Amino acid sequence: MNAILKVSDNDNVITCLRALAKGEEIVIEGKNYVVKEHIPQFHKMAIANIKKDSYVYKYGQVIGTATNDIDEGEYAHAHNIESTRGRGDK
Amino acid sequence: MKLMGYKRQDGSFGIRNHILVIPASVCAVETAAKIAKSVQGAVSLPHQHGCCQVGADFEQTVRTFVNFGKHPNVGAVLVVGLGCEGIQSKSVADQIATTGKPVEYIIIQENGGTPKTIARGTEILSRMALEISKIQREEFDISELVLGLECGGSDPTSGIASNPAIGKASDMLLSLGGSSVLSETTEVIGAEHLLVDRFKTEEQKKKFLKMVDDTEKRAIAMGEDLRGTQPTPGNIAGGITTIEEKSLGCMHKAGTAFDFVDCIDYAEQVSRDNKGLYYMDTPGQDMDSVTGEVAGGCHMVVFTTGRGTPTGCAIAPVIKITGNSTTYHNMIDNIDLNAGKIITDGATVDEVGQEIFDEIIKVANGKLTKAEILGHNEFGLARIGFDF
Repeated sequence: MNAILKVSDNDNVITCLRALAKGEEIVIEGKNYVVKEHIPQFHKMAIANIKKDSYVYKYGQVIGTATNDIDEGEYAHAHNIESTRGRGDK
Repeated sequence: MKLMGYKRQDGSFGIRNHILVIPASVCAVETAAKIAKSVQGAVSLPHQHGCCQVGADFEQTVRTFVNFGKHPNVGAVLVVGLGCEGIQSKSVADQIATTGKPVEYIIIQENGGTPKTIARGTEILSRMALEISKIQREEFDISELVLGLECGGSDPTSGIASNPAIGKASDMLLSLGGSSVLSETTEVIGAEHLLVDRFKTEEQKKKFLKMVDDTEKRAIAMGEDLRGTQPTPGNIAGGITTIEEKSLGCMHKAGTAFDFVDCIDYAEQVSRDNKGLYYMDTPGQDMDSVTGEVAGGCHMVVFTTGRGTPTGCAIAPVIKITGNSTTYHNMIDNIDLNAGKIITDGATVDEVGQEIFDEIIKVANGKLTKAEILGHNEFGLARIGFDF
């Protein structure tokens, strides 16, 4: 079983098919990444440096906007990505 | 391909042979449930509706009750009313009777209260049970089959494994001339630009996009971030971050091989003269969505779940499929198939799609799903208005 799944070419996050440990090294498309924090199974890791307020891509599509800078190898989820849709609070 | 089902008076075929007790309003729900419990094979619909509703909201509730009664998995119907409610039992019964199946109604106020109504209802159901038990399964073409596509308690495995696999199974049914129904408009938000190209006419495209826009506007009108409701706390704990991510995974249920033939309202019936892939406007909430699909004529529902969910439907088998192997083993009493082997064992979407299609055939021919075995008869009716 692969450790990760990158769904589409232009995605800047990947899905962890197993939990990844801090400090672990993984190779994606020939490039080495150091996992910077524990990431639970099926959650996402950034594979690019995603700037605050820029889009996060999975399935080759926008799944939200970064609320902080997210560096490659970091855990990408609800704590640093917000939705662009259904925002009655904004 | 041929299946074995129960031929109905209107030429349709059912894959189950239920007696359905429909309470016309919440005031008749308990009495209806007691009547149904007294006769084998009878099921009742628990709900909170049927009185003091107005306009389109009233019509949608009536349409749901009537189309449940008309459903080919139902052999006979008893409508139970209090008497004074907004939805009148006689009107519901008359509309169901156009199918030619046995339908009767009883009124609690006219029968002198609960015990006498239960006694009278039990007599009627016993007679109906005897009558419909004589119907034998006979051959019908798979092109008559209508499949509901549902996901609930999703996690990221749903978009990766189980939803693409049921999409494949749906494509196989569609290629044999059958029909499938995709729904859950909330879970289209963020993926509508991809699905809209699969509608044929400008009118359908416009209708579809309006459904998504109306749903998002209703959410925004509540003045909150939709996240926390959609995706749910469980979706988020599983690893889904936003509604866009959830929707982009959900849309895989629609398969890849066919365009939509039409875009229909909640609980509106799929046409037997226009078979193919349909979109139905329902909420993302599972029970509301499954109820809408089944009212629309779905004989059964394939239901993917990453987190695990037990729910079923009173009149239609629900096949549970998870993309998460841990959930499969954790909730083995509720989950029928494991699509998680796409992730853990290198199985292909096509292989698991074939396995799901084979299970659809078995269930159509009479194999029970785990939701049926455990008596999961949930019923949820989507409302578009208030009680007054």
